[in-house]
Amino acid sequence: MTIAINNLLSADMLLVMLIAMLVNISCALVGSFLVLRRMSMMGDAISHAILPGLVIGFLFSGTLNILPLFAGAVAAGVATTFLTQTLNQYGRLSPDASLGVVFTSLFALGVVLLKLFVSEFHFDTACVYEGSLLLLIFHTVDIAGVEVPRQFLVAVPVLLLNIAALIVLWKEFKLTTFDSSLASAMGISAPLVHYTLMTLVALTAVASFQVVGSILTIAMLIVPAAAAHLCVERLHRLVALACVFSIVIAIVGTMVAVRYDVSPSGTMAVLAGVLYTLAAVFSPTGGVVARAWFNHQTALRIVREDILAMLYRVEEHDPNQRLAKANAIEAVGGGRNAKLALGQLMRSGDVIEAQGELALADGGRKQASTLVRTHRLWEAYLVDELGLPLDHVHEPAHRVEHFLGEELREQLAERLPEGAEDPHGREIPE
Amino acid sequence: MYPLIATSLVWKVMLGASLLGAAAGFVGTFAVLRGRSLVGDMLAHAALPGIAAVFILFGTRDFLSLSVGALVSGLLAIVCVAAISRYTRTSEDAALGIVLSTFFGAGIVLLTVLQSNPQGDKAGLSSFLFGEIAGLRSRDIAVISITAVVLLLLVLAMYKELKLLSFDTGFAGAQGWPTFGLDVSIMAAVAVVTIVGLPICGVVLMAAMLITPAAAARYWTNSLGVLLAIAALVGGLSGVGGCLLAAPGLLQAAGFGWLSFGSGTALPPGPLIVLSGAVLLIVSLLFAPERGILARLWSARDFRRRAAQDHLLRAIYELTPAPENSCPWIDTNSLEKYGHWNSTALDAQLRLAVRQRLIDWRETRVRFTPKGYDTAVHLVRAHRLWELYLLEDLDRSPEQVHHDADAIEHLLPAEVLEHLEAQLKLQGKLPAETVGTVPPSPHSIKPNEE
Repeated sequence: MTIAINNLLSADMLLVMLIAMLVNISCALVGSFLVLRRMSMMGDAISHAILPGLVIGFLFSGTLNILPLFAGAVAAGVATTFLTQTLNQYGRLSPDASLGVVFTSLFALGVVLLKLFVSEFHFDTACVYEGSLLLLIFHTVDIAGVEVPRQFLVAVPVLLLNIAALIVLWKEFKLTTFDSSLASAMGISAPLVHYTLMTLVALTAVASFQVVGSILTIAMLIVPAAAAHLCVERLHRLVALACVFSIVIAIVGTMVAVRYDVSPSGTMAVLAGVLYTLAAVFSPTGGVVARAWFNHQTALRIVREDILAMLYRVEEHDPNQRLAKANAIEAVGGGRNAKLALGQLMRSGDVIEAQGELALADGGRKQASTLVRTHRLWEAYLVDELGLPLDHVHEPAHRVEHFLGEELREQLAERLPEGAEDPHGREIPE
Repeated sequence: MYPLIATSLVWKVMLGASLLGAAAGFVGTFAVLRGRSLVGDMLAHAALPGIAAVFILFGTRDFLSLSVGALVSGLLAIVCVAAISRYTRTSEDAALGIVLSTFFGAGIVLLTVLQSNPQGDKAGLSSFLFGEIAGLRSRDIAVISITAVVLLLLVLAMYKELKLLSFDTGFAGAQGWPTFGLDVSIMAAVAVVTIVGLPICGVVLMAAMLITPAAAARYWTNSLGVLLAIAALVGGLSGVGGCLLAAPGLLQAAGFGWLSFGSGTALPPGPLIVLSGAVLLIVSLLFAPERGILARLWSARDFRRRAAQDHLLRAIYELTPAPENSCPWIDTNSLEKYGHWNSTALDAQLRLAVRQRLIDWRETRVRFTPKGYDTAVHLVRAHRLWELYLLEDLDRSPEQVHHDADAIEHLLPAEVLEHLEAQLKLQGKLPAETVGTVPPSPHSIKPNEE
């Protein structure tokens, strides 16, 4: 690619952006299902394995006409899945090894065929990897008086086909992805859906392979969907968000690539990786930060509850006894979390400090009695129903008391007579 | 012009390719056994930014420096994959895809930066990526040999640990072995081989060098040591085969000119090495004893025949009126109806039985030979004892037991039968004096079912 990218007019840049967008959305649509089905590497495999199909399609037609190339490539893509499945099933090879063997062999076959029979046709191997997005706008065709890039004729139908297939087969795709045995029981043929999806992947890979090269095809099939998977829980939102991500990548990627005069598909692949990293770190549901924050909050709540329950027990043992602040902090493990939790309790007024000693306020006592009630109900349950010895029940109850809900607690209470005591002979607070 | 030099180059290339194939097959075996076949593919792609960065920063195209750059970015990629699958809900296959495409994309971007650079000549880099085996120098062969020997020694030193890790990770962990560290060291070994092989085979084909030999070798053996040896052998053979196919002159000299596709075009050895490996895999898949497809089909056919014959003998036994050991003639028509056979299948089956001297067959009548009678007694005994066992010990209903016993009767060894008989006698389900005789059927056998 030796063209001066800086000289691209902005209208042309918009066209490039549009083509990239069309291709990216196609990839994101089918890629979502690849990721959910744990078949991500299938995208990698298919985008390599279509090479012999392209060559054979070219050999049969003798032209670079789009249809035979397409047919050959899609056939090769479907053959990849078929051979992988067969090798896995009848050759007893693990799925990943089958895939690896099949697509590398097909790619090697493609390279050999190319060298043997297509010597007159210059084929740039590097082009396979990075595509030729920026050159595409120069190949235009005339449709109803409007000059459009030839690539539209491929990208638009493939995108429409993907959208149509997802709308028509949404339920089938969804069921076979998440619960294939239920799908089979409902009379949906899982293999048929599988091969339909694989055909769509092959079509999409061929369409985008020509535009953006294999590397961006892989990136766009997997990365937006994987990033969306970290952010949302519902399938339709996942697919929608993956499409949004892929549009963002197309726009920003083209702009950055043109601005800095670098490969657009490489830039988009890197951007996709950056987007995924951002999602992995900052996503509100699956992100590392969100989870660390949630874990921290849970840890603080447990320490707070432990302090309250401890003060309750001290009070229960002797109403006049008080616990020194330093001892309380020491008893719940000490350290920063303990101090933080105690500070929160004092600010909320659940615990009162007087002369370095702690006492429960009314609000705190109420919470504490619920906790101790849960603890003792659970102990009673463990001893009565599971037959655990007395000295084995405190630890599990101490852990579970923070997580038992209202409903379960009252179910535990129902099985005990009125005024029953816990196995250690202590009163179960109301 | 210089046939001697040309030939010595071919030999050098062949030596390098077979050494590389052997090393890749050897190390790849562990990757395949650990379910990480595609890591090699990921690594080969992820090496690109390292290579490009070294070239940009130091302006060198030296094999060793580029390899170090590739190794660094490859190891970084492994860390990324491990971190993604450890800390997010993304599955490992998606993690591989994400890291692969991001790293490779970054490499492509760096390459285009390089291109706009006035001193940028990326010919060497391109060959590094897509493989240029003809450029193999003696030093490269030395690097490959040293790598192969070091890896061999390392594997020998940690053989027991790696074996345990490959087949029973949980047990290895429980034994206190550092499974994570071992896993990482396997991946690092894969990384080293991948990166040494990259300039020879190119990105995609290097992945094949790691997977195909191990996959092919797996059909021939169940023992790890033999597996490693065969994988190395297959890898080496594919190296030799690919080079032979790529060098038509050599083939013609050896009298195998027809193998070189009859075209004068020089073919790239890389893909041919991979295809040779694929051929070896297909051969193994089809023809290996025991695990090969043909062997499995053969033994399945064998078993089907035996089962059909067992069913025939049992049918004759059940149709034969008592006293059974006098072996009277019975009608083949009634046999046909009894077993719901069609007449052609029954005829074929009867012919087989006659050939084995199990029955006598006169037109429409058959009867046991003494040998056939003994075989049938053994079978019916197995069938009925199993039925009794299912009925009495597993509380199955009489309608169900026949079908289950039908399936298992061919497989019951004599000790199990004796044990069953003794058990049933103890429980009083069989008369105490019966030893090795046929118990009565626990369900009706309806000999004249119409």
